[in-house]
Amino acid sequence: MTSTAAQQFTGRAARAARATRRGRRPGRRRERAWAYLMVAPMTIGLGVFYLWPIAQTFYYSFTSSGPFGGHTWTGTDNYKALADDPTVGQAVVNTLVYTGIQLVGVPLAILLAALLNQQNLRGRSVYRVIFFLPAVTMPVAMAMLWRWMYDGNYGLVNYLLSTVGIQGPHWASDPAYAPYALAAIGIWMSLGYNMVIFLAGLQGIPAEYYEAARMDGAGPVRTFLRITVPLLTPSIFFVTVLTLINSLQMFDLAYMMMSTPNAPAGNGNPALPKVRSIPYLFFQKSFVEHDIGFGAAVAFVLVGFIVLMTFIQFRLQKKWVHYA
Amino acid sequence: MHIRRSKGRTGQHGRRWAALTAATALALGATACSSDSKSSADGAKEVDLTYRIWDATQQPAMQHIIDAFQATHPSIKVNIQVTANKEYWTKLQADATSGSAPDVFWMNGPNAQLYESNGILLPLSDKLAANGASLSNYPQSLVDLYKYKGTQYGVPKDFDTVGLWYNKKLFDAAGVKYPDETWTWQTVRDAARKLTDASKKQYGILAPLANQENFYDTIFQAGGSVISADGTSSGYEQPATIEGLKFWADLIKDGSSPDVKAMTDTFPSQFFESGKVAMYYGGSWNSLEFSQSTAKKDIDVTVLPQGAKRAVVIHGLANVAYAKTKHPNEAAAFIAYLGSKEAAEITAKEAGVIPAFNNTQQAWVDSAPDFHLKAFLDELPYTVPFPASKNTSAWMSQEIPTFTSAWDGKADLTAAAKTMAGLMNAALSKEK
Repeated sequence: MTSTAAQQFTGRAARAARATRRGRRPGRRRERAWAYLMVAPMTIGLGVFYLWPIAQTFYYSFTSSGPFGGHTWTGTDNYKALADDPTVGQAVVNTLVYTGIQLVGVPLAILLAALLNQQNLRGRSVYRVIFFLPAVTMPVAMAMLWRWMYDGNYGLVNYLLSTVGIQGPHWASDPAYAPYALAAIGIWMSLGYNMVIFLAGLQGIPAEYYEAARMDGAGPVRTFLRITVPLLTPSIFFVTVLTLINSLQMFDLAYMMMSTPNAPAGNGNPALPKVRSIPYLFFQKSFVEHDIGFGAAVAFVLVGFIVLMTFIQFRLQKKWVHYA
Repeated sequence: MHIRRSKGRTGQHGRRWAALTAATALALGATACSSDSKSSADGAKEVDLTYRIWDATQQPAMQHIIDAFQATHPSIKVNIQVTANKEYWTKLQADATSGSAPDVFWMNGPNAQLYESNGILLPLSDKLAANGASLSNYPQSLVDLYKYKGTQYGVPKDFDTVGLWYNKKLFDAAGVKYPDETWTWQTVRDAARKLTDASKKQYGILAPLANQENFYDTIFQAGGSVISADGTSSGYEQPATIEGLKFWADLIKDGSSPDVKAMTDTFPSQFFESGKVAMYYGGSWNSLEFSQSTAKKDIDVTVLPQGAKRAVVIHGLANVAYAKTKHPNEAAAFIAYLGSKEAAEITAKEAGVIPAFNNTQQAWVDSAPDFHLKAFLDELPYTVPFPASKNTSAWMSQEIPTFTSAWDGKADLTAAAKTMAGLMNAALSKEK
């Protein structure tokens, strides 16, 4: 009873408040219309360019398509073929290896950020710019540059190695080296961006904590491990989630690195089977081999993967992330 | 989304909406106007055609042909679009699927039937005579390559054969006699070994995983086949076919050729131009690239050495039009001109490829007097057509991935050939 009374009361109050507001600004409905108008570009964009294609892709993953469009319903055939195709399993392994190596790059970025956060370091901003530059350069351009440097016959990397008497391998076409050569570029490219996030995180840690630690006689290593790292966990979490999603989606870097003039999509490169990521396989199946249905099924494997990984991360975050 | 308005406030607000609507309409109208038909100065409708090609080396020659065409057809404007070979077919298929392929473009043998059978190409049979073109001007085999169920879809542009390019300087230094028409597989193997000098990173020959330039030729020379005459089954399991493949793998095995990795990092024709390789099985189309190279004076060419018999793959390109082009008549007129004698002469002199128009080939031979280009024409009596089926790329794209390990000696070649035959037969069975 009392609750209904209370409801009535608040309801009346709210109406009254609304009435007065309406009295002052007689455009509430118009306001709502404008609000819809304002969110429209985003909502329509999201719907047209993301949600609708996702729905379509999901539908196509149950169809088989002709070479120039047109499709027939084949049920779960694509998913069955996917399970039987050894290139799919290899692509999953390749993607996981690449992602694993990228995650190793995260501690590296923390270390770098901590070093570049030192007040007494000379030319600090110059270093920051140097490390951040790869983040503002086109990945495709950088991949091309690295491709030249990695050339086994005339490349810069092997030339430098030869000056110290080492005969370098074919970094971009030897299946034993290419996955790691590629992952190294990936780390180099994301290092600067991650570093900036960590720098911001570091600067958000109050100086008093460090002062207190110093008074208690903690050394620099202990201070770093006991104060810096725990208070940086929100940034670490953010960077890890992003790194994971970006690594699982890696395509352009591999595509440019594997490229050869004689065959489409790096098909002529002997290292391709060990480098091909899930998105790469998706591209090959859908756009080079024009097996749209199979490609769509591969895309959904990737979606499932990312959702699962991100879910696990968010569950685990409660255990180790400290929001100060 | 709906916008509701209460009465009595139509004033300023309503006008704002009206203005917005008007502006939108105006913007839409403006885009509608900027379609590809403009009026030229003399009042005739000007038509824009897009011409897509994949070879940037030929672009200047193609532009020259277009200039000559536009001089006689002032109302047609042709724009060249170059798409690199490795992306050409991926892009074209996507464009054709979405209905936005270029008006006129290059077609090759392996892809012809796929595009013809799916109605992507404009039938030209009834359009050629009106534009002064006749199919009797080209070799019958090239005309037939672009004919599907009695309808002509392409007009032959050029053709190509493969020859043995060699570096005279390296032959002189090693004291080996230059290759000529007497050479056999064994002569090649022996010479390649003699011309190899690992300490100088110098190789006798290049054995890349290239079908037209390398293993198709040797497969046919060994008496094998790639696809059965009726186009329904693979020839990769035949012992003679495997023999043709083995020729190349053996050259890598004994060190006469760099391995596949090295030839991936540096493209074979560039490797040859670097002067570190003595022999290279290359196409007639390489003549322009090599005549512009710094190693030009060291390079020459002769016919392919023979195996069990003489054979060389012949292949020819054609110009085709898109079935859904907005300007089919103008596209046909342009294709007819591309197939004319004048265009063939420009092609011969400037594009570095053998024109398909009968009796214009001598101009191509004369275009690079430093090389014995006549060798490519001397091979014509024993040419074998480039293998093709209705959906060639479905199995041809499997060749490189399947053979890579075996080429480098890391897997058994016979087993790889069996795998390839299986993949190919599976792909062929889907064509019906």
